[in-house]
Amino acid sequence: MRIKGHPILDFKRGRKIKFTFEGQSLTGYEGEPIAAALHDAGVQVLRYSIRHNRPVGFFCAIGHCSSCLMEVDGRPNVRVCVEPLAEGMVVRRQRGKGELQ
Amino acid sequence: MIETPEVLIIGGGPAGLAAAREAVKAGCDTILVDDALELGGQLVKQTHKFFGSEVEYAGVRGIWIADKLLEDIENAPNFKYLLRTTASGHYEDGVVTAIYRDEKLLKFKPQKLIVATGANEKTIPFPNNDLPGVYGAGAVQTLMNVYGVSPGKLGLMVGAGNIGLIVSYQLRQAHVEVTAIVEALDKVGGYWVHACKIARLGVPILTRTTILEALGEEHVTGAVIADIDENWQPIDGSEREIECDFICLAVGLSPLIDLFRLAECKMVYVPEFGGDVPLRNEEMETTTNGLYVAGDAGGIEEASSAMIEGALAGLSVANSLGKTITGFEQRKRSLLEELESLRCGPVGDHIRCGLAKCVIHKN
Repeated sequence: MRIKGHPILDFKRGRKIKFTFEGQSLTGYEGEPIAAALHDAGVQVLRYSIRHNRPVGFFCAIGHCSSCLMEVDGRPNVRVCVEPLAEGMVVRRQRGKGELQ
Repeated sequence: MIETPEVLIIGGGPAGLAAAREAVKAGCDTILVDDALELGGQLVKQTHKFFGSEVEYAGVRGIWIADKLLEDIENAPNFKYLLRTTASGHYEDGVVTAIYRDEKLLKFKPQKLIVATGANEKTIPFPNNDLPGVYGAGAVQTLMNVYGVSPGKLGLMVGAGNIGLIVSYQLRQAHVEVTAIVEALDKVGGYWVHACKIARLGVPILTRTTILEALGEEHVTGAVIADIDENWQPIDGSEREIECDFICLAVGLSPLIDLFRLAECKMVYVPEFGGDVPLRNEEMETTTNGLYVAGDAGGIEEASSAMIEGALAGLSVANSLGKTITGFEQRKRSLLEELESLRCGPVGDHIRCGLAKCVIHKN
């Protein structure tokens, strides 16, 4: 959910664009991290862990912890908390270590 | 191609920007790299007004401070900065490598290096602490204050230090409810002014209380909390389930020290500073010649002191490069005095204790 009517902050947002998550069409703002757009759309599970197949979301949101690795445009292990969203991006949950295509 | 600036600064938070400002103004050819999408480090998410004195922008909201630090130097011909650039290595011959936008390897051979990489958020062990919805407090700040997205509807805050208190207040500013703040200590760790603000909003601060477990299958739907005794053990029968859709961990930070290790700086474990930190002299130079430290990377403190340490490192680097700085000794002394005044009094006790373990004196 987007925050509205913040007493101090005025959010600078890029233009509204479309991207897909697991084949489903979603909208977000250009240039914001993919993770922010997904969170706004209610997507919290970003990948499933390597050994125990557990659901994993983001944790640090500044590109340090590698919790949020996803497959973006066929590229695995993308830290979506610091990867800017672009028009038409194809985003998928990563399972395990991901595969190079 | 290898770039050979006089000064390379790693990290564009309060320490790195303050260092850049001094070095650039003194005429050093300076490059700053940062792994984030914008400069400012954690300043860009601090909606509260800062304390301290005018030198550290007291009364100014954190979100504006990065711009102030940058405004003097942004267009200087001897300054360049690269975003989305992660420093990845430091080699024996003084070469620093960095990865630009996950794609391109960059190489630098600076005459002086200032490492101002900041810190990592800590976590604590409890069942399901890996569930989506368990976030670092800084992550919640980033999501809501930088990108304007609510982390959830009802949060549980773990930790009543300054970060836990401030982020709880910021959650309320963003119209998100906070069910409670739990704190294992028997008292609030952060400043009273922050604790009072949050208490006035009706958010309970439960001391001697901890989280035992996060609940949920695919994401957080609640938590189990319990009272703890003086041996930090949960008290039987005090466990209770509370509802929340996210859990925010504000349980401390640890310095990001990988580059100091690569550069073989002498390190020392300083619990007051959150972990291992490099030894440094009063000019912020480590035991590796020409490598300086500033800010949380050298020990967890706060943004005001990080800015002064950064300025001190930037000034010292410029001086050691032979730049003409009017009144160098005097400016250095006044920065040191400013640091001392920030660290005085009972709240600075642990900082002074930590410094005693890692500041070495020049012969």
